[in-house]
Amino acid sequence: MKRELLKFLAFALFMLLLPLPFRGGYLVNVLIFVGINTMLAVALNLLLGYAGQISLGHAGFFGLGAYLSAILTTKYGWNPWAALPAGAAIVGCLAGLVGFPILKLKGHYLAMATLGLGIIIYIVFNETVDLTGGPSGLSGIPNLCLGSVCFDSDFKNYYLIWVFALLTVLFSLNLANSRVGRALRAIHDSEVAARVVGVNARILKVQIFALSAVICSLAGGLYAHTMTFIAPASFGFNFSVELLTMVVIGGLGSVYGPFLGAALLTLLPEILRGANDYDIVIYGALLVLMVMFMSGGLVRGIPDLYRKVLRLKGGVDHA
Amino acid sequence: MLEVSGISQVFGGVTALDRVSFPIRKGDITGVIGPNGAGKTTLFNIITGIYTQTAGKVALGGTDVSGLPPERLARLGMVRTFQNIELFGGMTVHENVMVGMHTKSSSGLLACALKMPWTIREERRIRDNCHKWMEFTGISDLAQVTAGNLPFGKGRLLEIARALAVEPQIILMDEPAAGLNNQETLALAQLIQKIRATGITVVLVEHDMELVMDICDKIVVLNLGKKLAEGTPREIQDNQEVIAAYLGEDE
Repeated sequence: MKRELLKFLAFALFMLLLPLPFRGGYLVNVLIFVGINTMLAVALNLLLGYAGQISLGHAGFFGLGAYLSAILTTKYGWNPWAALPAGAAIVGCLAGLVGFPILKLKGHYLAMATLGLGIIIYIVFNETVDLTGGPSGLSGIPNLCLGSVCFDSDFKNYYLIWVFALLTVLFSLNLANSRVGRALRAIHDSEVAARVVGVNARILKVQIFALSAVICSLAGGLYAHTMTFIAPASFGFNFSVELLTMVVIGGLGSVYGPFLGAALLTLLPEILRGANDYDIVIYGALLVLMVMFMSGGLVRGIPDLYRKVLRLKGGVDHA
Repeated sequence: MLEVSGISQVFGGVTALDRVSFPIRKGDITGVIGPNGAGKTTLFNIITGIYTQTAGKVALGGTDVSGLPPERLARLGMVRTFQNIELFGGMTVHENVMVGMHTKSSSGLLACALKMPWTIREERRIRDNCHKWMEFTGISDLAQVTAGNLPFGKGRLLEIARALAVEPQIILMDEPAAGLNNQETLALAQLIQKIRATGITVVLVEHDMELVMDICDKIVVLNLGKKLAEGTPREIQDNQEVIAAYLGEDE
């Protein structure tokens, strides 16, 4: 337990020191997205990695959080710090209500139902033009401020986002080795056995679905207030799939896997930008290779690779 | 303790169980036996809330529990094990037993995620308490092994330890000896008697006649969905109808 905490502190320290040599600029901007995607991937991992329930609609919750916070601040003059939790609360209630019927479904059917939910939310963003600005988006969203300090530069926003992202990781770490975390993993492995020893699988699945949606919604609100402009295209089906890919590539059910997945999938397109039109081919090929050779995700694959390299070196030395 | 009355189950026109009734006395080891297809497992699934019966009632300690889901029954003190052992394969043996204490603890989702002080205390209590059950079933040395890697016999013991962690009043075991070798079956017989000695009522569905005859106080025989006989092992062994059902009748 102590070791877990040290690991987390080391991780937190690293992330907090990372932007210091750059003090802004392009890389820090990309790292802000890594932070937001980390929050989202950790949230989806609570549902998919811990409880074993799939969702193809999480980009919808992310978008709802962004739009609710944006609309409350721009159209109704709310303080962003009030709009953020209000949006999260609304999304939490909505996810709870919708979760009750759809989490009765399993596997492919649950995937279809959440897919539908995500698409409905996306359509609402596009069609309620008066409220959301429709396909052309919503601009002029105010930045978050603490006293006289406003989060209006990449450097400041980096810290805003990463404080939340690190708290989300800590949240998921705490949950992993707790009564409820174990019950969730039990549902994942054998729902009937979990129920037989008294785990109310039905309620717990709805709870974790709602919590996961709330975290996505917070990430959405933070996204809206740091970017100051949002449009429906960021919250479509493609992004739900990208989130799913982050969790799977990073390592299902692990604490740091979602971060690794989020970091890789956010940074990779930036790195491959030099490859011009071939970037998408290389991107796809890398993903396929990773799924083939690191089926447990990066979080388990990297240590394995490291051990193999060590062994290889040892072998060469002996010869 | 447990009262089954008039249970019928019809699956799309096929009658799997036909008005089966019998009482189970507190502190007994009761065996439910019968040829293949007699409806034993169906009956078990109904009693433990996995299926809902077409007709009839199940009463636990005097209260009607018909149709209650398994998680409610666990809180009322009824727990079961499965023929093809259902473990939480990705978790360690210790963690598996810890899930068994779910009803004996109460920290909620948010309290756990925020690691409130009381959840830390509760976590320690859960962790320590589980050692008792692992020792009871003799799997303490496997505490840190991933449950999915256990050999079948040990998996069976783990499933029983996890069920005992619920601190039930009654435990129902679906073919606990299936897949075990002779030695393991003997150890299982001792374990079941040890469980009964702690005051827990035991019900078994079992094919291993030797085991059933050795340890059961009472036996219920099912055949083709109907109750054929009930009584002590001696009475059952001498019952002509039972012998006929198992060996086939002389024309």
